[in-house]
Amino acid sequence: MSAAIEVHDLTRRFGTFTAVDAISFDVAEGEVFGFLGANGAGKTTAIKMLIGLLAPTSGDARVAGFDVMTQSEDVRRHIGYMSQRFSLYDDLTVRENIALFGGVYGLTDAAVRDRERALLEDLQLGHAADARVESLPLGWKQKLAFSVALLHEPSVIFLDEPTGGVDPITRRQFWEMIYAAANRGTTVFVTTHYLDEAEYCNRVSIMVDGRIAALGTPQELKQQFHERSLDEVFVRLARPDAGQQAGTMSAGSSPEESVSAPGPTPR
Amino acid sequence: MRALRVLLRKEFLQIFRDRVLLGMLIVLPVVQLLLLANAATFEVRSARLYVVDRDHSTMSRALVNRLAASGRFLPVAASPSVARAHSAMLNREIDVILSIPHDFERDLVRTRRGAVQLIFNAEDGAAAGVTQSYAARILARYSSEVGAEVAPRVATVGVSTMPAPKPGRAVIDVRQRGWYNPELNYRDFMVPAILVVLVTIIGTLLTAMNIVREKEAGTLDQLNVTPISRATFIAAKLIPLWSLALLDLAIGLGIAWLVLDLPIRGNLLLVFGGAAIYLVGALGIGLWVSTVAGTQQQAMFVAYAILLIYLLMSGLFTPVSGMPVWAQWVAQASPVMHFTQLMRAVLLKGAGFRDVLHELLMLTGIGVLVMTLAVRQYRKRAA
Amino acid sequence: MPRHTPALVAFMVKEVRHLLRDRQTLSILLLLPLAQVLLFGFALRNDVNDIRVVFVDPAPDYVTRALRGRFVGNGRFEVVGTVATTRAVEPLFRRAAADVAVAFEPGFAARLAEGNPARLHVISDASDPNTGSRMQAYATAVINGYEAEIGAGRDGARIVMQSRMQFNPELKSVNLFVPGLIALVLTLVSALMTAISLSREKERGTLEVLLVSPLRPWQIIIGKVLPYLILAFANVSTALLVAWLVFAVPFRGSLVLLLAASTLYTMVGLALGVLIASRTSSQRAAMLGALLGTMLPSTLLSGMIFPIGSMPGWLQPVTLIVPARWFIVVARGIMLKGVGLAELHEPLLVLTGMLVVFLVLAIRSFKPRLA
Repeated sequence: MSAAIEVHDLTRRFGTFTAVDAISFDVAEGEVFGFLGANGAGKTTAIKMLIGLLAPTSGDARVAGFDVMTQSEDVRRHIGYMSQRFSLYDDLTVRENIALFGGVYGLTDAAVRDRERALLEDLQLGHAADARVESLPLGWKQKLAFSVALLHEPSVIFLDEPTGGVDPITRRQFWEMIYAAANRGTTVFVTTHYLDEAEYCNRVSIMVDGRIAALGTPQELKQQFHERSLDEVFVRLARPDAGQQAGTMSAGSSPEESVSAPGPTPR
Repeated sequence: MRALRVLLRKEFLQIFRDRVLLGMLIVLPVVQLLLLANAATFEVRSARLYVVDRDHSTMSRALVNRLAASGRFLPVAASPSVARAHSAMLNREIDVILSIPHDFERDLVRTRRGAVQLIFNAEDGAAAGVTQSYAARILARYSSEVGAEVAPRVATVGVSTMPAPKPGRAVIDVRQRGWYNPELNYRDFMVPAILVVLVTIIGTLLTAMNIVREKEAGTLDQLNVTPISRATFIAAKLIPLWSLALLDLAIGLGIAWLVLDLPIRGNLLLVFGGAAIYLVGALGIGLWVSTVAGTQQQAMFVAYAILLIYLLMSGLFTPVSGMPVWAQWVAQASPVMHFTQLMRAVLLKGAGFRDVLHELLMLTGIGVLVMTLAVRQYRKRAA
Repeated sequence: MPRHTPALVAFMVKEVRHLLRDRQTLSILLLLPLAQVLLFGFALRNDVNDIRVVFVDPAPDYVTRALRGRFVGNGRFEVVGTVATTRAVEPLFRRAAADVAVAFEPGFAARLAEGNPARLHVISDASDPNTGSRMQAYATAVINGYEAEIGAGRDGARIVMQSRMQFNPELKSVNLFVPGLIALVLTLVSALMTAISLSREKERGTLEVLLVSPLRPWQIIIGKVLPYLILAFANVSTALLVAWLVFAVPFRGSLVLLLAASTLYTMVGLALGVLIASRTSSQRAAMLGALLGTMLPSTLLSGMIFPIGSMPGWLQPVTLIVPARWFIVVARGIMLKGVGLAELHEPLLVLTGMLVVFLVLAIRSFKPRLA
């Protein structure tokens, strides 16, 4: 059984600047993989290469069993994508967006109808089915975008900072949705700045200056770097000099104990 | 095919919900036709005439009357001082100075040759040349009448003359005819060109901005990640705007026909057929612009620059034959020029399919070429 | 309150940085005017050359052949061919293969020899009436020239017209376009750019940050506007330089006055851009509105290409509200006529008045946001 994502020495250069420097990792099927890194570390560039928006300078990658360079169309058929910069059309209604992406991914009209019904029920958006997406609150938009990205039942879904700017309750609901998808066998590749969310992932990688500085389960990383939270691991890796300073700052407050098994953290 | 259908539906939905765009579709033809068609003319109305008559003879006064009677000249001032006349011209109060020297009538009778001086205000150039030709014509006509008075048995030279036949004296009677435009109406000439501009703005400018808008919003990436093919995506983007442009052409033609009395002497099918082909090229340019521009602002500027070059070099406002040779070759590569020629030929001259075959072929060739290049340029994956 | 000035300066520095960092837009703003001047100068001509003439000569004789020879020898004409009937001219005109037809009646030379008038028709494709009548006039002139030579009318009286084209002796088109071109370029930089820049800030929400700051509305406007003023200056200088160097466009008046007038006109454009931005709700609407509301009138209603005197009576008063119209009067006056403040006080006053009105309206539309 091959991995859902296989990356080998993937590199991307822009002129003399190396944005992604020969990164290698694998993601197993059904895994929830957290892809972390400071802004400008090369995360977005790496994702773009995996989903076929950017060509690698060298190295290779396979997603859902297909090579990203030579079989990019097959890759596209088997992945879903949701970015923070809204994936849905604001001026179309919820229904219209669902119909659009369903049709684009080749679902039959009957299939679209069925899945639309299920989706609206799950999200309890029945009342807003004919409302324009721009009128929905942010949290609903995020969850809807996620569901639409899963409409065609891809084997791998890429989430680029999906919970930005959203309240904690919605964030938790979102992660419940991620777990549901993972339990169904969908591989989830997610980037986030919220280090507490990183604790929910099966495994996590941290990119620094184009390279992968750490890779493993949250527990492993905390043990490896002798820190009590992923927060501190992150800061240690991303800004080595700041590790000396007391009182680190980053998104979210630090959890008290290390959490061994992933799951929504009661706070 | 399903993907195309679904995408087309999305595009049309978005267009009909876009109030700014819909507004443009109505405002553009109305503004362009009503304002532009009326503004875009080189006709010269009355030129304000300053008379410096130092002769005060019957003939000099008759000459001034001739000029005034033609309706093309309006005597507004007179004085014996040329300096004052010049000062009036500097102040934009007059357009032409007629200076008749002291011995005008006497010279004319005695030597059969009298000279007058006309100074035209060429600040506004196009008018000056036309005014000059009016003056020349009026002078020539008067000249022949004077000739008849002075030497009634002598035949005269000039335009539209009434010669007295006399053995040995040859005379060529020149009759002038202008076809297709008996009233010399400049508006009829401009309106087809304006319709071309209208269609081009929608086809190129709005297309470029439309696609870049998705780029800016991030939804373009979302589509690039899906399995839809490049061709499907491009077709979905361009077909709605193609139909919109044709629709606006129909609106424009309707307004022109109703309000501006535009003659429609040829087959309208040719007009729309030509437009349909032309739009392939125009949309291709819009598509190409969208691949090089990162923001709507840039798209607008680049499209505007290209449009300006096209429109100016295509014989829209100034004749192609007047341009230097290299520019004429460039104009040959301009689909705008061929389409304009087609429009004018069909609407004003009643041209048929075979008459505009050359234009249709050029439009097809250019359209296919441009669209192919643009499609190759558009990539789902950045290199 | 001395505290305000440094804030304003800081703000202006930010605006300049903005502009300088948007390399693509900057290069367009600098190069486009240059390209336009060159293009207009080289390609846009109102002259009529290469008139394609076709002859209708059912019974050629030595006179018709001689006359035809005159056209062949004349550099302004290009002989397309000879046909037998006038009807055959139609398709040529429809295909735009010929511009003018000269149709001789049969027995031309014979009639002349008898002393009777020999008729010919000069037929032009008058769908473009302007060019058409000029082509006709040129063709007629060739015929008249031949006629004069063969001696007809030597005994007739002739009034000779000595004409002079004041301010533009050779009727060079480029001399006329260049002042208008400067107006166009300035409008692009001022009105269009300001409208876009301001509406973009409005859309992004950064404008509210500014409005909440100690900066007063007028300071925000001035700060936004200054970098474009500098850019406009650079553009005018470039355009003038190219016009002078490449096209030998005359410059008979005061350069200082022209630059001052250009500055005034630019400010009017800037104020107009601000006004448009304040009245539209999205960046795109501002862009399209500015395009329609400033560029189009500046090209078509300002007298730049089409003389205002030619426009219908009801349209001429409309041009009075187009700022470019007034600027072109000033620019043409200074460049072609060499006049100064005395003769140009009217258009300059009008421009100043427009500036005041637009500014007041623009500032007023920002005030409610603070209330």
